[in-house]
Amino acid sequence: MTALTRPIRRLLGRREATTEPTESPRATSIDRPPAPADTSVAIDIPESDPLLAYLQAASGPVDLARLELDSPAARALRDAGVVLVVPLVSQGELIGTLNLGPRLSEQDYSSDDRRLLTTLAAQAAPAIRVAQLVREQAHEAAERERLEQEMRVATLIQQQFLPRHLPDLPQWQIAAYYGPARAVGGDFYDFIEMPDGRIGIAVGDVTDKGVPAALVMARTHSVLRAEASRSDSPGEILARANELLVPEMPTRMFVTCLFAILEPATGRIVMANAGHNLPYIRTDDGVIELRATGMPLGLMPGIRYEETAGVIAPGSNVLLYSDGLVEAHDPAQQMYGFPRLREAMTVDDAGSELLDRLLDELHRFTGPDWEQEDDITLVTLRRASGVADEPGWPDTPADQAAAMAGSPILTAFSIPGEEGNERLAMDRVAAAVEGLGLTPARLERLKTAVSEAAMNAIEYGSQGRPEVPVEIVVQTTADAVVVRITDRALSGPLPADAEAPDLERKLAGEQKPRGWGLFLIRNMVDSMDVTGDGSTQTVALTMAREERIDG
Amino acid sequence: MDDRTFNAEITEVPEEVRVRLTGDLNGRADETLANAYSRVAALGPHRLSLDFERVGYINSTGIALVVRLLADARRDGRKVRALGLTDHYREIFRITRLSDFMEIVEGDAV
Repeated sequence: MTALTRPIRRLLGRREATTEPTESPRATSIDRPPAPADTSVAIDIPESDPLLAYLQAASGPVDLARLELDSPAARALRDAGVVLVVPLVSQGELIGTLNLGPRLSEQDYSSDDRRLLTTLAAQAAPAIRVAQLVREQAHEAAERERLEQEMRVATLIQQQFLPRHLPDLPQWQIAAYYGPARAVGGDFYDFIEMPDGRIGIAVGDVTDKGVPAALVMARTHSVLRAEASRSDSPGEILARANELLVPEMPTRMFVTCLFAILEPATGRIVMANAGHNLPYIRTDDGVIELRATGMPLGLMPGIRYEETAGVIAPGSNVLLYSDGLVEAHDPAQQMYGFPRLREAMTVDDAGSELLDRLLDELHRFTGPDWEQEDDITLVTLRRASGVADEPGWPDTPADQAAAMAGSPILTAFSIPGEEGNERLAMDRVAAAVEGLGLTPARLERLKTAVSEAAMNAIEYGSQGRPEVPVEIVVQTTADAVVVRITDRALSGPLPADAEAPDLERKLAGEQKPRGWGLFLIRNMVDSMDVTGDGSTQTVALTMAREERIDG
Repeated sequence: MDDRTFNAEITEVPEEVRVRLTGDLNGRADETLANAYSRVAALGPHRLSLDFERVGYINSTGIALVVRLLADARRDGRKVRALGLTDHYREIFRITRLSDFMEIVEGDAV
């Protein structure tokens, strides 16, 4: 009723003139209940209040003094000095009420008064309803216009920072695609000319959409350009950019970004990754996922980014991409996913031909009625065949697969370092992995492991201080979920279990009852890895998305 | 009191005292569970049943509280059994070996 009664409040101001045109409002006695002579009385009637149904069915004005109904709204109306309520019904729907105080003549409302009010209500209700609808539509139109204007601004900002030209490199075929979703996301890519003919390549994605994401994208773009002019190390560039972005980053936002530096003459490429999708490279030996780890930009200071280096062999193709491609859904809500993209990369084509084919395949997958859910960014580089060859990537695909994944982020958040918040971490991780197809049993095990690891981080890393946060990042690869829980290591390294918990000894009083945390974590997930650099400590929990069958 | 607040309700049924637990079994349940056992001990039953059917979350500290209660019960010569555990927490009671020292009743708490 809130929205519906609002227009009525204004009407009440005019009501006195209609019902009591000859009497002065000043005749109101101070001994009487608060007189509504020149005030409006607007009481919102909750849907659960029985008065609503009563008024809906009433055939005329309702005398509150005679109303026998256990109704908080009726009591509130009486307290406000209302004695008569006239329902305004339009097309069977109660759209508001006229609330009248006592007559200024101190006489009861007469039969004539009531007939007049009934007639007035019958005539006023449709007009008020029309006015309400017009106002609602005007409000909706203004809101639509505001959103569209915001989207236009976001698109403008976004496109302002996309490269106008792609690098023209001999022996290289380079193509890029940026397709904004209707609610523009924060994707970006950039090519930066560096000393000695090297090219810096950035592909990134800001969480969130619209103008806020576009502004963070613009800032990240500028910071990366500035840092690329000071360093030729992708890991260092990302680390410095992170330091600059952390204090500026709006709450619940972060930036995933892959930064690579290519030597066009030799094909040598060095890259570092801040939580972005891992690039694929098609070689003669198959499609490899290039791995490098690191937290997204803007989450916490002091992050180091490892670098991966290799050589793009002649004839090989690299694809950098944002999650708008792999997270697109078909009409049955199946996700396009990494395996399909990897399979699509096995075809030997390049440049815009490759990008067109990937987009065609995506559209075949999503169907004609698909509304693009997120920005899609694709950047591809192919080295021409027949140029001087050098050793390719140092790791085989199997070696790389064994490496810790710096994989797409499902969610990243922080919790205050205060006891009890481990439950919050557990629930948020569970929500993030929903849809990955974990069995209920595996999901429960992951939840317990996350809860225990977060509890350790709170107890030891934050020493229970709410202002010392614990950071949690959930990543996924094609076959595993990785939850990384990072604390500030205030108590030093996580204490290893002094001795494995032994229930018999605990029951005999020879061991403390506590000490089950690490034991539980190890038994719940497929692996637990602890790394630290003195100022932070990270526990990485890995769980295969499907049960591994031993033997 | 929300549905995560821990509570322990004691009822005497033939041959045992049953403690119906509700809410989250974590560090905050310490005092409530200790008090519950004291009240059970005062009734002096031969057997104590912990009904976990309305417990949605047990963490390692909660496991430690169960261990402490089990130790007290064994000291007093009292058997303990667990009712209403979910599959997941039955697994945890198995790997911690709690199920070697207390009967785990599957299915509805009878």
